[in-house]
Amino acid sequence: MEPVRRIQAQAVPLNRSDVDTDQIIPAKYLKLVERTGFGKYLFDSWRKDESFVLNDPIYQGAQVLVAGPNFGCGSSREHAPWALEDYGFKAIIAPSFADIFRNNCAKIGLLLVQLRPDEVEIIMHRAEEKPETKVIVDLESQTVGIEGEEWTMHFDIDPFVKHMLINGLDDISLTLQSADAIATYEGKRPSFLPTTVG
Amino acid sequence: MAEPRTLSEKIWESHVVRREEGQPDLLYIDLHLVHEVTSAQAFESLRMAGRKVRRPELTVATVDHNVPTSDRDKPWPDPLSVQQVAVLDKNVADFGVTYFGVNDVRQGIVHVIGPEQGLTQPGLTIVCGDSHTATHGAFGALAIGIGTSEVEHVLATQTLPQAKPKTMAVEVNGTLPDGVVAKDVILSIIRTIGVGGGIGHVIEYRGDTIRNLSMEGRMTVCNMSIEGGARAGLVAPDDKTFAYLEGRPFAPKGQDWDAALAHWQTLPTDDDAKFDKVVSLKAEEIEPSVTWGTTPAQSVAVTGRIPDPDGFSEATAKEVGWRALNYMDLKPGTAIEDIPLDRVFIGSCTNSRIEDLRAAAAVVRGYNVAKTVRALVVPGSGLVKAQAEQEGLDKVFTEAGFEWRDAGCSMCLGMNPDILMPGERAASTSNRNFEGRQGPGGRTHLVSPEMAAAAAISGHFVDIRSWRRN
Repeated sequence: MEPVRRIQAQAVPLNRSDVDTDQIIPAKYLKLVERTGFGKYLFDSWRKDESFVLNDPIYQGAQVLVAGPNFGCGSSREHAPWALEDYGFKAIIAPSFADIFRNNCAKIGLLLVQLRPDEVEIIMHRAEEKPETKVIVDLESQTVGIEGEEWTMHFDIDPFVKHMLINGLDDISLTLQSADAIATYEGKRPSFLPTTVG
Repeated sequence: MAEPRTLSEKIWESHVVRREEGQPDLLYIDLHLVHEVTSAQAFESLRMAGRKVRRPELTVATVDHNVPTSDRDKPWPDPLSVQQVAVLDKNVADFGVTYFGVNDVRQGIVHVIGPEQGLTQPGLTIVCGDSHTATHGAFGALAIGIGTSEVEHVLATQTLPQAKPKTMAVEVNGTLPDGVVAKDVILSIIRTIGVGGGIGHVIEYRGDTIRNLSMEGRMTVCNMSIEGGARAGLVAPDDKTFAYLEGRPFAPKGQDWDAALAHWQTLPTDDDAKFDKVVSLKAEEIEPSVTWGTTPAQSVAVTGRIPDPDGFSEATAKEVGWRALNYMDLKPGTAIEDIPLDRVFIGSCTNSRIEDLRAAAAVVRGYNVAKTVRALVVPGSGLVKAQAEQEGLDKVFTEAGFEWRDAGCSMCLGMNPDILMPGERAASTSNRNFEGRQGPGGRTHLVSPEMAAAAAISGHFVDIRSWRRN
């Protein structure tokens, strides 16, 4: 995973709540067995509408998505973060995120920035009114600001997720450092627990 | 004396492999359920890293999302589905994972086969690369939906780092009115807490209404926990749970059964345990429900009308409401019973078990599907299908004009050929009415199996409470 530190880019305002993963990437595209190439199907149905914000050329090259609460709800498909990342997004700003989506994003280095609804509104408004605005998301200082302006807003993030993102760490390698603890735990598991072999 | 704990806290604590300040707990996973859609990339990454599946004997795989539900012996229409299933065939063979493949009678929806085989047991940690994994919580297991990177993590290590969730009690007390079933209970709960109400929480469903539900009813309730945003949902195990499990192929036997039972009886939430959040509902106030919008929280009683979003207090709710009505092509004030239907789908991990099929068949018996409706029944597993056929339920459905299919996820998410055409409107026993969920441009109304069956006969929604059974 590439380390995530600072993103300075245009933001796309997606002013909708409860954006579910079926909208982010419909089920018919989940048949691919690769991790890449999902960006072209991002928001597939909505992009058929010419007025959909992602179709506005003024937002081409944006790397930040600003959205309403409960973003990423529904299916556990990691194809949703893969599609967002493959399209070019590096951070998503919203008042809340669905749990599984949050975990999936952490695994692939897509930064989720949770702000208060009124704070998200400020960024959303700026992205709508002045699309050329560049938003600055700084993970180290946990702040969101606007290029050329002094003020910033603080965001909270799980310290462990921050550590993993900043250092671009692979958590399987990290877990395997606890191989002894896993083996010890396995040695104590009761014999009545089920196995999937006959 | 030890601090009183909830059911989910007991399971959590007994599965911590490593706990360190500033890090999520590393949990041991007792059972990993795998299907074709969210596993291919995980197995491929294992292969690239030269890793093995750490505990193949705690892992079981099946195919459900992609598989056609008819003419399986003929060439499948979608080469990508063929490929995805072939990739799983190869992965389970290469990595030594137990597999209920497409020609195995035990094949079925992953959340139906775990309980059916007796693999789903109280006190276990269970994961699956699917958001409806909470279904297994009906047995008092902590069952969590995960993404593909997490699938890979569990395959490689049999553990999963997880931030500890908060606890939420949803108490339902009282007697459900006739015609009101588990599906209506969970739709009411989701309407009450909202689609994001459970974020960061594990829900424990409590109260005598929940206790009085069958195991299958409890599965229906737990299944939709994610639609309220919850990490997981569970019900304390009791005699009903134990009776359901006893004698199933993978349930403990002999001395193991006694030891397991003794353990299971220690699991229910202690009397004085505290929940971070408590929500209460009265069973008497729950009615047969129909969703009208594009989230599972947007539901109303079958005797009700489409709400007017302008009457909603918040600006956001107004906008969301209008957006949903536009997509659904519905007008405020329309009586739910006046909404005509094109399709009816009885199936999915929410409502495709034998009890669901019996309930639907009891409504259908002696009637015919409306001429304007195309209806299908998709059993949750090969074994559910066989059981239903033994009971003659397939005849009840087919004589009425329903299509009787093979097991799979089918029209719940439309990854196989079972999809809605643009503009078609369906009554569905599944769990999601998101835009395009059952096919691009399709419109979904979520209901119970009984309500779906009655709607198929009538061509529109009807109040199941006034249905005359033959």
